[in-house]
Amino acid sequence: MMNLLRWLWLAFLLSVPLWLGDQYYLHILITTGIFTIAAMSLNLLLGFTGQLSLGHVAFFGIGAYTSALLSLGFDLELTDGYTFVLAPKPVWFAFLCGVLVAGFFGWVIGKISFKVRGAYFVIVTISFAEVVRLVALNWVDLTEGPMALSNVPPFTLAVPGLWEQALYRKAPNYYLMLAIAILSYLIIRRLVLSRTGRAMIALRENEPLATSVGIDVTRYLVLAAVVSAAMAGAAGGLYAHYVRIVDPDVFLFIYTVTMVIMVITGGKGTLAGPIVGGLIFGILPVLLRTIAEPEAQWIIYGVFMIGIVYFLPDGIVPAVRGWVEGLQGGRPTPEPAALTGAPAAERKAD
Amino acid sequence: MDQLLQHLLNALILGGTYALLGIGLTLIFGIMRVVNFTHGELYALGAYIVYFFAMVLGVNFFLALVVAVLIGIAVGGLIELVLLRRLRDASIDTTMLVMIGAWIVMQNSEQLAWSGVAKSIVPPFPQEPLVLGPVSVSWTRVFVFVVAALLIVGTHLLIQRTRLGKAMRATFQDRDTAALMGVNINAVYTAAFALGSGLAAAAGALLGPVFVVTPTMGNLAALKAFAIVILGGLGNIKGATAGGFILAFAEEIGAGYVSSGYRDAMGFLLIIIVLLFRPTGLFARAERVG
Amino acid sequence: MSGDGETALSMEDITVHFGGLVAVSDMTFTVNEGEVVGLIGPNGAGKTTAFNVITGFLRPTRGDIRYRGQRLNGLRPHEVAEMGLVRTFQKTSVFHANTVLDNILIGLHRRGRATVWQTLLALPSVRAEEQRLEHEAWEILDFVGIGRRAKELGGALPYGEQRLLEVAVALAAKPSLLLLDEPVSGMNPSETSSFMRLLDKVRARDITVLLVEHDMRMVMGVSDRVIVLNHGRIIAEGPPGEIQKDPEVIRAYLGAGVRHA
Repeated sequence: MMNLLRWLWLAFLLSVPLWLGDQYYLHILITTGIFTIAAMSLNLLLGFTGQLSLGHVAFFGIGAYTSALLSLGFDLELTDGYTFVLAPKPVWFAFLCGVLVAGFFGWVIGKISFKVRGAYFVIVTISFAEVVRLVALNWVDLTEGPMALSNVPPFTLAVPGLWEQALYRKAPNYYLMLAIAILSYLIIRRLVLSRTGRAMIALRENEPLATSVGIDVTRYLVLAAVVSAAMAGAAGGLYAHYVRIVDPDVFLFIYTVTMVIMVITGGKGTLAGPIVGGLIFGILPVLLRTIAEPEAQWIIYGVFMIGIVYFLPDGIVPAVRGWVEGLQGGRPTPEPAALTGAPAAERKAD
Repeated sequence: MDQLLQHLLNALILGGTYALLGIGLTLIFGIMRVVNFTHGELYALGAYIVYFFAMVLGVNFFLALVVAVLIGIAVGGLIELVLLRRLRDASIDTTMLVMIGAWIVMQNSEQLAWSGVAKSIVPPFPQEPLVLGPVSVSWTRVFVFVVAALLIVGTHLLIQRTRLGKAMRATFQDRDTAALMGVNINAVYTAAFALGSGLAAAAGALLGPVFVVTPTMGNLAALKAFAIVILGGLGNIKGATAGGFILAFAEEIGAGYVSSGYRDAMGFLLIIIVLLFRPTGLFARAERVG
Repeated sequence: MSGDGETALSMEDITVHFGGLVAVSDMTFTVNEGEVVGLIGPNGAGKTTAFNVITGFLRPTRGDIRYRGQRLNGLRPHEVAEMGLVRTFQKTSVFHANTVLDNILIGLHRRGRATVWQTLLALPSVRAEEQRLEHEAWEILDFVGIGRRAKELGGALPYGEQRLLEVAVALAAKPSLLLLDEPVSGMNPSETSSFMRLLDKVRARDITVLLVEHDMRMVMGVSDRVIVLNHGRIIAEGPPGEIQKDPEVIRAYLGAGVRHA
């Protein structure tokens, strides 16, 4: 049953550009999708591993800037006399570098998170994002500062030597985003429904108990941070080559907050949560556009988030799941997180 | 050398207001362990209240300052009563998220009310600066420093000498024992949040005339407040006071001799470095209120 | 009964200072392969501190801990578990929000070898391993006797079964030395008897056991040897029969409200 629903959903997603003529709405879907990928990555760190990381936008932005800079090429005067010149690189290469560099910073944060816990870690991650933003803003030689990096080349599909097609139009970008989104989803799903995922959840739920059975806390924290950051970096790279302008505002705390709202309202620690949250908060602004100014919208989101925390603390997805199971009659079977015998049950169902 | 003296003087004055911010947050963060994202908004609120009363309504400037602090205290108490009291025993994630929600609502309300245009507050002091030998300082800044110093001393006295202060210190050390000893924890929490918010509003009210007033001014202020709290150690008022000055000095020296663009980054770099090497703050011995 | 007499765990001159407080001083004892050793003493005698030191949750101020010749000092808890020493906790510690089956699967962490890359590529070996692990999990659940609770949440279990779950999770980690911290505290007599039978089964699997307990009947009933702590020092050591008659021990316990045999 679930599998059928998933395939239907996938088919629907694939079909969208075929019938959605309005380019504006398609644009909204693409940016929503990019943000949802970032939200999924945050969910891995915040939801599954329980790390209060509020600097996530830093990885997104680092991925965006790295990819944009490498694809544009740049020269940097290191000393009087020596200028480091980098020729523009193919977009796919720049994109991969963006992922790797973001992943590297994820590794750094992961290492730090082990030493610095709880509320302090929140502050460190926020500070980290702010420092990166200020660097992007002030290191004008490299990043053009507030003047932004513009004319970032779009992705190109190429058969070497034979044919090359730059993806300027929205539809191909939509499919590219969808491909990466599906890949991200699969990566997270496989990680979470595995021994690795169990270790992450264990250290979130009861760290001393987890270590007492041999789970290396640092290792899994770092792993979650690296994968999470790399994925956010990929989202950033997508953003850079789709919107084709990158400025320091990409590091604003408000975007981390957006991702957090998506994850929390959707349901942290579930696979579907960030997707539901992403769709809601990607599409809601469009619906509300005509009746409320952006500030008023944000007030609504703020109130909404407070409401969710009070009344549906696990988020929408678990609440809906509980309701559906209630409808199906009998005792609702507990379904915390993506775990819970799901591996066993799915093996049997396959 | 003159440059240096000027920087130091600027830092001294800035440090006073930073200390207010930091003390306010360390009270809240220290006693209640809440990552208070609204702290910056109270700072902005303080500035906006002064703007509204002094510039729009034409009320006496000094009276406007007092009103700003009082409103800050009231709003802080309200936030605690309405939002946080139910979450008394919730996890840190939950309270953090609620605080983020409150922050969003507050900042966007301010944006709606005042628009994004920067507002300036004209204080009733002579425009020519006071010249003291090689350095000069505006009368406004002198006033700011004096008031900040008074508030800092006042807060110290409140914490050390009054019953409320004693109750706060007891709650900070061990909430359950304090409750068993008859301390009204609810009242302490509300008071701590109200007082801390009042101090943030005071800082905003004082700095409003020095800089300009914008809806996003609270964001950086909040982060700097966290830097100061971490420098000084959670709940450590003396540490927060010192931390405020340390941050101001780091900013002034950094801006003057390294690069003015990275001025604001100083705070964050300090946070990261301190947390990596001395997670309990520079004044590690005292993780206590007072 | 007491195995082949080979030393498994050795503690030498272990001292633990907390600031000015001395929690444990000059503690020296050994546990031999296959033995069941009981660690008893009034509250605050240092028993859980000793556990924390052995399993890496606490660093001793002085002293040497060795397991099968390997030094344990300074190892982190998961590294100590890797060496085969697995502990339970004084306060019931299970994964409340996960099912009983998942609790065991987590405990079986060490028994899996799938790397991240293998997992991401969904290689057949990973799937095979998951099936094997699940099989092992059911085995452990049956061994401990909570198989019928498999799909329930760990936190929803009645108290006695939660404690059994704790032991099951520890067993899943394939210990060669099992450290049990007050395993039957809060259990009624019939639950305690069941637990003692479980311990017999554990011991039959050649697992050495070191346990801390207050329930005298239980400790004297299962232990080969008993070590008595008071104020951080060992005051007596020997077979249960001797310990029960030792005047020092009786004196140490006066007023501590302990259940006697």
